[in-house]
Amino acid sequence: MQIAEPERTLSGRSNGPVPREYLTFRLRAEEYGIDILKVQEIRGYENPTRIANAPSFIKGVINLRGVIVPIVDLRIKFGLGDAEYNEFTVVIILNVHDRVVGMVVDSVSDVLELAPSDVREAPDLSAVVDASYIIGLGTVAERMLILVDIERLVSAPDMAIVA
Amino acid sequence: MNQSPSSQPGSDGAGFDLSQFHAIFFEEAGENLANMEGLLLDVDIDAPDDEQLNAIFRCAHSIKGGAATFGFADVVELTHVMEALLDRLRRHELVPTSAMVDTLLESGDALRALLGRHRDQGDEELDFGELVDRIRVLTEGAAATAGAQVAASAEPAPRAEAPAPAVAGAAPVSGKRRLAARIGPLARAAIADQLVELFHDIPGLGEIEPADAGELDDGGYRHFSIVTETPDEELLDLFAFHVDRSQVSLRLADEGPDGAHATGEGAEAHADGWGLFEGPAKQGAAGTRVEPAGAAPSGDTTADAASGASRPPAAPPGGAGSGRRADRATRDASTLRVSVEKVDQLINIVGELVITQAMLAQTGRDLDPIVHQQMMSCLVDLERNTRLLQESVMAIRMIPMALVFNRFPRMLRDLTAKLGKRVELQTVGEATELDKGMVEKITDPLTHLVRNAADHGIEMPEDRIAAGKNPVGRITLSAQHRGGSILIEVQDDGRGLGRERILAKARERGIPVSDSMSDGEVFALVFEPGFSTASEVTDVSGRGVGMDVVRRNIQSLGGSVEIDSAEGYGTRVSVRLPLTLAIMDGMSVGVSTETYIVPLGSVVESINLEPSMIRSVGGVNQILEVRDEFLPVVSLQDFFAVPRAEESARGNSTVIVVEAEGQRVALLVDELIGQHQVVVKNLEANYRKVPGISGATIMGDGRVALILDVAHLVRRARH
Amino acid sequence: MAAILAVDDSASIRQMVSFTLRSAGHEVIEAVDGEDAVEKLRDHAVDVVLTDQNMPRMDGLTLVRTLRAREDCRHLPILILTTESSDAMKEMGREAGATGWLVKPFDPERLINVIDTVMSR
Repeated sequence: MQIAEPERTLSGRSNGPVPREYLTFRLRAEEYGIDILKVQEIRGYENPTRIANAPSFIKGVINLRGVIVPIVDLRIKFGLGDAEYNEFTVVIILNVHDRVVGMVVDSVSDVLELAPSDVREAPDLSAVVDASYIIGLGTVAERMLILVDIERLVSAPDMAIVA
Repeated sequence: MNQSPSSQPGSDGAGFDLSQFHAIFFEEAGENLANMEGLLLDVDIDAPDDEQLNAIFRCAHSIKGGAATFGFADVVELTHVMEALLDRLRRHELVPTSAMVDTLLESGDALRALLGRHRDQGDEELDFGELVDRIRVLTEGAAATAGAQVAASAEPAPRAEAPAPAVAGAAPVSGKRRLAARIGPLARAAIADQLVELFHDIPGLGEIEPADAGELDDGGYRHFSIVTETPDEELLDLFAFHVDRSQVSLRLADEGPDGAHATGEGAEAHADGWGLFEGPAKQGAAGTRVEPAGAAPSGDTTADAASGASRPPAAPPGGAGSGRRADRATRDASTLRVSVEKVDQLINIVGELVITQAMLAQTGRDLDPIVHQQMMSCLVDLERNTRLLQESVMAIRMIPMALVFNRFPRMLRDLTAKLGKRVELQTVGEATELDKGMVEKITDPLTHLVRNAADHGIEMPEDRIAAGKNPVGRITLSAQHRGGSILIEVQDDGRGLGRERILAKARERGIPVSDSMSDGEVFALVFEPGFSTASEVTDVSGRGVGMDVVRRNIQSLGGSVEIDSAEGYGTRVSVRLPLTLAIMDGMSVGVSTETYIVPLGSVVESINLEPSMIRSVGGVNQILEVRDEFLPVVSLQDFFAVPRAEESARGNSTVIVVEAEGQRVALLVDELIGQHQVVVKNLEANYRKVPGISGATIMGDGRVALILDVAHLVRRARH
Repeated sequence: MAAILAVDDSASIRQMVSFTLRSAGHEVIEAVDGEDAVEKLRDHAVDVVLTDQNMPRMDGLTLVRTLRAREDCRHLPILILTTESSDAMKEMGREAGATGWLVKPFDPERLINVIDTVMSR
């Protein structure tokens, strides 16, 4: 599922091979894609237990079958206006670097397979996600997906997840 | 009958991957090394116990066997020379010396390093050639004159003994020795017959007889047994007439490992890997399957003796040494090695079950007990069974304190040698059990306490004598269960703590003290950060770890530590720990819409608050008067910035007095919800350390509740 | 397909032997020392015994002698595992009544060969 050959269309911004299958989700108007292998599951939003003095984008922790999992709201983190929590709100549970973390997004779309030829370099495409976390731009049919290295993003110091 | 397996794929020997067994071998070797170290430390140089020497030998031998099987040549080389030394010792061919024990201990360390490197596949350079040479030198030392070597014939191990050494053959009574000679590889078996001629021709050379059937074995070797007084070198010279020196290998005929070689070549090359003895009586005829004897003994009385119902062992166990190994063997047969992850997973699942059961119980409370009588009765049963299951599962993780204690004899031996002190270590309650997770975390603090006792507590021998004490100091490590906790104590009979000295030092450091402080409070000052200065802390016990860190470590485990001392007599440090980290008794409190858990062990009392009881100090801090004591008040709502819709009459109306580090604080909450056992979950697994919070748990409604770090709250409140 | 009793106090060696022989289609019963081996023989039908020498409670040679003294084990093929190729050990093995020996370290292929050879006699 992962390919190891170097991608000529990319400038090697991310570490390791380029993923082939992406989970796509929306944050406001933009659509993003992340490596499906980092996704553990997708859940509806449940009110987390608040943690005092945590950054505002860390909503708290939830009980995921006995494991305590922090929940990050990307909409708040990237300053995308008011975040709503209703029956359509989705939480993507990620498993990165042996940590389980949940991130709140507006909605989840589907899983797409992208061939290397579908992916182009696009460093400054997203207004919200720092260029260093963007793998590239994926195009499928009429859709444009901002492909994000979610592992790096979640582990970043300003995410305040990793001590 | 069977197909030859050489047609299997990869039949060049690489078809099997043995690395899957390495992990077990490393564990076994680790146990053997620990065993060996313990035995070596116990050895009495002046009156060595034979069984001990045997047991030590077997440890080295066992490691060698496994290392050889799995191809760790460097380990084989080191254990081989250790074996040679140990073999001579157990046969009384050498007198044990302190240098030998030290060198063997050092070899144990070297083996640990080598095995560790193999296990972790490290690539650091490890060369123990110098150690190997030293062992060889010790092995070749003067033979014991007291060696009461029984001039036995080539009889194998004495029939009634467990693997005790057979002092077979070597009979210095008349200076004769028995040798086993291996000649080859040869092109023809008859070439070696000329050696037999040598012994016929030269009077006094000795006696020789073939130890084989006159044929070359699979590797092309001939074997002979020789009894002679002639030195090896002379024999080799003579043999060189007929065969090449490199084809001759002579060694003392003994059972077990090879002793010192006298050969014309360096290492032995073993081309023969196996063989079958000739002789009709031993041949297994096809189809000689042995059917199970069953409970009823078959007619043969000899068989009864060997396998009869009372099962007398054919070899009565030797003393302590083999007895210990026998215990391990029986334990092997009836224990399972299980990976820690599997146990942890089991505990997690059981923890889940406990939570689900709690949720069921909660839901059940709302039901009419008459209408749902059957279900209520089932819920009661469920609660009992769940509790029993949890207790059993937690018990799996309990391991004896001996595992913590057993590193100290060696550590103290090395330490006291460096310090020039004499210390005897006594351990009590080694069988007391503690949760495995706890054991790992208590080891460092305990090590520091023991080091302190040896370094600062016990005086130099001359000082002790001058004080009328035994020059050998004593440190006692004890562990016992007390209530729901485990109490571990480190006690020494050294110089004790001087009250005045501590008060003076505290004043120097600017720590507020008063002469009216009780002894307990004065001694507790030792735990203040920065109490020990660099100048005082030797490189042996210092290393930047102060008593304050020790206390903090212990408290983070939910425990407490106290010091008691009598100047001139000694000091005792008492560490109290909960039996397990995984479950805890907690008191749940409500603050606005949130629930927090207060560890029950730190709760002193709860008070319903009258507004008049709280006073302000300086307009900011609040204090509470409780029975003539003024306690700082910590409002959890403020501390955790808990949002509140509107001020309600119920708000901030309950006080929970808690204690940590000897100090008390009043926690202000809305209400006291209840008291229950909680399963402690780690917050840091997926998130990070949160100040003021020591962990999390899952409540009966499935929601997460945070557990308070009382020590942190107390510290913040009082400084 | 034979039933083999593997006797060794080292769990790693026992496991290695079991794994090897089972892959070759044999059945393997494990025992931790001589006494355990005698016990296991009570309940299992065995074609070949493979035993280490140095074990607690009852060592290999004693096991061999014990078994040879039994009517039903007189012709049971018993192989002794010895370290390196100490000739004295082999001698004692033969005198105790062992069928043959196998030198440690042995590679798995050799182990299978030996068992096959012994079974085909």
